[in-house]
Amino acid sequence: MTMIDHIPVLMIVIPILASLLILLAGWYDRRFCYPISLITILFQFGSAIAILLHVMQEGTIRYSVGGWAPPLGIELVVDSFNSYILAAILLLAAATAFYARRSVEKEIGPEKTVSFYVLFQLLITGLVGMTITGDIFNLYVFLEISSITAYTLIASARRPHSYVASFNYLILGSIAGGFILLGIANLYAATGTLNMADLAHLLPASYELATVHAAFLFLMIGFSIKAAFFPLHLWLPDAYAESPSAVTILLSTAMAKVSIYAMFRILFSVFTTAYIIDTFPVTGFILFIATVAIVAGAVLAIAQKDLKRMLAYSSVSQVGYIMFALGVANQIALEGGLLHILGHAVMKGCLFMVAGLIIYRMGTSRLSDLKGVAKTMPISCAAFALAGASMIGIPPTIGFMSKYYLVLGALEAGHWVYAAVLLLGSLLAVGYIWRFIEIAYFGDHHGDHGEDHQTRAREGPLSMLAPIVGLALLSLFLGVFVEAVMEVVGPAVSILLGGA
Amino acid sequence: MRENVVIRTVSRLAVPFIQVFALYVIVHGASGAGGGFQGGVVFASSFILMTIAFGLSSVRKRLNNRWIVICSVLGITIYAGIGLLCLILGGNYLEYGIIETTLGIPHLHGYLLDAVEVGIGITVMAVMTSIIYDMAERGGESS
Amino acid sequence: MIETFYELFLSRYNYWMAIILMLIGLYALIAKQNLVKKLIGLNIFQTAIFLFYISLGEVEGGTAPIYLPEGVDALYVNPVPHVLMLTAIVVGVSVTAVALSLIVRIYEEYGVIDEDELMQAVRRR
Repeated sequence: MTMIDHIPVLMIVIPILASLLILLAGWYDRRFCYPISLITILFQFGSAIAILLHVMQEGTIRYSVGGWAPPLGIELVVDSFNSYILAAILLLAAATAFYARRSVEKEIGPEKTVSFYVLFQLLITGLVGMTITGDIFNLYVFLEISSITAYTLIASARRPHSYVASFNYLILGSIAGGFILLGIANLYAATGTLNMADLAHLLPASYELATVHAAFLFLMIGFSIKAAFFPLHLWLPDAYAESPSAVTILLSTAMAKVSIYAMFRILFSVFTTAYIIDTFPVTGFILFIATVAIVAGAVLAIAQKDLKRMLAYSSVSQVGYIMFALGVANQIALEGGLLHILGHAVMKGCLFMVAGLIIYRMGTSRLSDLKGVAKTMPISCAAFALAGASMIGIPPTIGFMSKYYLVLGALEAGHWVYAAVLLLGSLLAVGYIWRFIEIAYFGDHHGDHGEDHQTRAREGPLSMLAPIVGLALLSLFLGVFVEAVMEVVGPAVSILLGGA
Repeated sequence: MRENVVIRTVSRLAVPFIQVFALYVIVHGASGAGGGFQGGVVFASSFILMTIAFGLSSVRKRLNNRWIVICSVLGITIYAGIGLLCLILGGNYLEYGIIETTLGIPHLHGYLLDAVEVGIGITVMAVMTSIIYDMAERGGESS
Repeated sequence: MIETFYELFLSRYNYWMAIILMLIGLYALIAKQNLVKKLIGLNIFQTAIFLFYISLGEVEGGTAPIYLPEGVDALYVNPVPHVLMLTAIVVGVSVTAVALSLIVRIYEEYGVIDEDELMQAVRRR
């Protein structure tokens, strides 16, 4: 046991202790909360990078909590797939933490900052736990930790509508949690184990059982609600649009991605490709729904009048892209899908940060109020344009690379029509990204009531601008140096398709 | 609140028994049916009964918000601290056996298990009580 | 006929009970207008899942998994579902607490806890 083997458990325990420390420090002085939170998230991010490098060289880390051997005890497993996701979500969490300070001061109010940072920390910890656990029931527990903190964080905007959004999300999220729990119960009934690796070993013997099919469907529906996969996305627009900016960023980048990660993990590592393609052929259906999601999400995004709501619907569309990879389920498409998990997190994080900055400066995110905003906030609008270009898929951005792999994969599998629809989705993305660009750069800023917003608006503070610019440039650099990312993504996909 | 002799007398009698039972459930967790969570909830239920019988403010005098935060932090710190101690002594997280063998005290394993249960119990009690306080307080304001 | 009936319903009555409870819960979640009743529906839904789990671990004639004098030879019920459900109950309690406090806030802001009226009130703002 070297130090690196203990890092997975420390990544969960230390942040929980840190969240308590935040609570205590908040009594003494509220100003201590933010630094503690930031340091902890940076520690987690550093650990994630260390784990990623270690896993790339030495292979999977397995850690049995309490010293109980895996099938009985809870096991933490970090392989090249979840170390990649871990690094991706913590990168975004760290960026959000930098961004959060000013926006939280303004949107939450000073007396609530202590509990905000406690919950913020717990949310990230729950997501990290979901990512690194190797036990399916443990996955559920961490899922609920992150969900419950997310409900409270959404309501922390303290606008009346945010309570309603949070309550609706709570109802749908709890139904999803219940379905996942039922799925786990059926899996346990069929095999008598909860360890993911053990399940993958034992399940093939009972692939034909109705219990296993029921488990599969329950888990699929549950995680589809959590990931906001198209017909089950109804909680998402309200939850994203009504929550404080920092929470929106974290939900849309880290939380959405971890839900998708969990779905991938269940489909490929617990049920193997043999099950989802041969025994219970579901990939064709997922592919179809994913394509519908891409188009419908983009069309709904175009129809929105509010910047944040537009970006939220765009998330529905982008989840479709990632699920598209799952539907095609071959090496190239999955590489594209995993690339898109990172890419979408980076670019959507940047776009929501710009939206948050606009709200911070102008107090509104209605598109009609934002005419000519690029004249007063040139840097952030340029960042929006860059990240938006990535969202559309203009080379050489990361968005282009992931869609390129997705299309290649779809063509390899012979899905011509779906590949064509995917390209149509990109065109629709131009529709909603361009709307903002047009309003921001070419909008007439002598609008009806735009005047008072204009006088107050100016470029954001450095602590908010730096993450925006950083993420925008990252969405470009990741595309240019995509080979480096592919070195991580390649083995991750092999793990998924290898079935182990 | 209107004076109600029956409720007050009954709860005055029942509360100590409920609390002793809660402690029994907590320390019984390592070897039988019981544990920190159940015990903590039973303990918190004694505070519910007191809130119903004597009103929120008189319970608050005995357990105020500051103590609730201290208790919840203390409980988790006990739990995580023991876990980390195992880690420092060279075992995995929460691998109690390591502490027992390193320090050479027999049956320490079981005591540590109890300590963890107590930690969980304290936290659960505090959190449950704080939920009750929040709800009772809001109800009182509006009526 | 009796055979199939037995096979489908009586021998698996625990599943049917869980399913019926679940559907009652889901019905309340979807059809009830009152937010508190929705929450009660959610709780029934969750309880159905807990019962389902615990009935999975049941062994006929088994006793509570406490160490008995006769040692490991005694017939115990499976304790794992109990432990899992304890955790799930904690989750359920937390969700209920959060939901109730949200309902309180919604009531303070809008003065209604009926969903239709709430949606009208939201639109009016």
